Amino acid sequence: MSASSTITANTRPARRAPTWLQRLKSGDEIAYSITFLSALSVLLITALLVFELYKNSAVSRHKFGWSFLFTSTWDPVAGQFGALPFVYGTLVTSALALIIGIPLGVGAAIFLAELAPPRISDALTFLIELLAAVPSVIFGLLGIFIMVPILRTIEPALRAVLGWTPLFQGPFYGVSLLAAGVVLAVMIIPFIISISREVILSVPGDQREAALALGATRWESTWDIVVPYAKKGIMGSIFLALARSLGETMAVTMVVGNEPKIHSSLFAPGYSIAAVIANEFTEATGDLYTGALIELGLVLFALTIIINGAARLLVMSTSQKGAG
Amino acid sequence: MRGILSFAALAVAMTAGLAPAQQVLINAAGATFPYPMYSKWFDEYHKKFPAIQINYQSIGSGGGIQQVTAGTVDFGASDGPMNDTQLKEFRDKHNGAEVLHFPTVMGADVPVYNIPGVTAQLNFTPEALAGIFLGTITKWNDPQIVNANPGVKLPANSIVVVHRSDGSGTTFIWVDYLCKVSKDWEAKVGRGTSVNWPVGLGGKGNEGVSGQVKQTPNAIGYVELIFAVQNKMTFGKVKNASGVFVEASLAGVTAAAAGAAKGMPADFRTSITNSPGKDAYPISSFTWLLIPNKIQDPAKNKAIKDFLAWMLTTGQTQAEALAYAPLPKSVIVNEQKAIAKIQ
Repeated sequence: MSASSTITANTRPARRAPTWLQRLKSGDEIAYSITFLSALSVLLITALLVFELYKNSAVSRHKFGWSFLFTSTWDPVAGQFGALPFVYGTLVTSALALIIGIPLGVGAAIFLAELAPPRISDALTFLIELLAAVPSVIFGLLGIFIMVPILRTIEPALRAVLGWTPLFQGPFYGVSLLAAGVVLAVMIIPFIISISREVILSVPGDQREAALALGATRWESTWDIVVPYAKKGIMGSIFLALARSLGETMAVTMVVGNEPKIHSSLFAPGYSIAAVIANEFTEATGDLYTGALIELGLVLFALTIIINGAARLLVMSTSQKGAG
Repeated sequence: MRGILSFAALAVAMTAGLAPAQQVLINAAGATFPYPMYSKWFDEYHKKFPAIQINYQSIGSGGGIQQVTAGTVDFGASDGPMNDTQLKEFRDKHNGAEVLHFPTVMGADVPVYNIPGVTAQLNFTPEALAGIFLGTITKWNDPQIVNANPGVKLPANSIVVVHRSDGSGTTFIWVDYLCKVSKDWEAKVGRGTSVNWPVGLGGKGNEGVSGQVKQTPNAIGYVELIFAVQNKMTFGKVKNASGVFVEASLAGVTAAAAGAAKGMPADFRTSITNSPGKDAYPISSFTWLLIPNKIQDPAKNKAIKDFLAWMLTTGQTQAEALAYAPLPKSVIVNEQKAIAKIQ
């Protein structure tokens, strides 16, 4: 600070560095303070959230310790609580949503940004952004009344083709991990498309022109030049989608079957962390029961941080490789 | 609208040269099941006595118990009575004051099912219901079910059990009944607003359960009687403690409470599931207001007592129109005596 000011003073003796009051008058200091406070409040809210979750789950943390994460009995009557089935259900449904959602979402974004005529692209983008604003309970209802019956009709085909894997065995009641994964995929696709499209559109035209000038086909320039250029942004859209699917409550609870057991089959019902909290919190009585539900919230928070952190590390390592 | 009414009442009182009546605002919170009834009562009562306004938040029975214990509301409401631990917690926090339970109306749970090809109203024995929900009876053509339903052709399909996924007074009534009729259920599962279900899928709310039952072939679930009536669903008859298969009805629920009234404890904390009487519908329950026995504010104290007296007389006549079962005479008389316990 002092070094820089002496340099300025030496090189431009006529102009003094603006005083704090001058900066305040010109608005810079005000803008700085306001934006700084905004940024700080985000941090404070997060810290407060973690603190409250940690504090209010004390009873449950002390009683169960780490075994909370590795046991799978959830018995409010007997006061036995284990988070494993919920963690499992949350991870499986979100993974399924990404497996279905990423190819469709990124594919659609590439089409809309690179290949579609602008008019069609604009109209479709408008519709997709509309889709992102639909409340999740609507997706849940569509899931129950439209998607589950459809799944029931394609279930025999799935079983015939993939029935040899443990993922597609056992009785199918409609509501299931599979149904939840599909509904989540539908919900996150608009996020992936919307953000990925913006990112792809912001890739400089020079990149495309250079590729085309070197004799690349349209698709080659898109897939080998534009998409890698936009990779970070596309990854960002996927993180956002993942965060949404991990925390989604209403739509999941309506189609997942709400059974706190671990089944290897996607046809079987399951449960997710957010869903059990929403379902049971209002009627939970006693410190241990509410404590266990709050601890589930803490687990979900930790899960989100771990997954996001891991994904970011993955991106960083791969993008460094790309640069090298 | 309410604001205008009370303002008008105030204006009338002032122009008449009277001192304006003191406004009393009472906050209450709790059970969702009786919410339509309560909101009608509180609204009617406010129209009759514009100075008294009761705000009710239907946050759930568990929330009602917590809020009244924390002292953030003037009274609570719950579909299940407070247990001894909860009562003790209240005493500890309020210098030995007690919570009084006042039954208001009654509800019932009914079994609903969806068996392709079966349109008849099925009969369920307690053993069959307990077996189905324990997972020991797995086929619709199990002798336990077939023997109770002569003349009905039941398929050999696997039963799909559907229960509530959200914590609920409806679940409490259902499992409380299963506890009474099945030793196995009591030992393995027990009673609560949420339990560790041995089998089955969870649906959120009455609508979630009924939706899943309707959509899933060979499913059975349970919903509130009111919900089933309003949605014109067919539901099964259940064999009561006197050995009669009874179809749930408001009269049957009131009969269940009358049957249980004789042995009822003075604090009204009692379950009326599986109660005696040949007309009694066995899966019935009270819903309660939870009122502290010491209310310091004299205006609130009087308002709450007056409201209880009104609820037990005029209020009861409005219950059936909203498909709630009114209290039997014997219980009303006892409750009227209990109002004096509020100091």
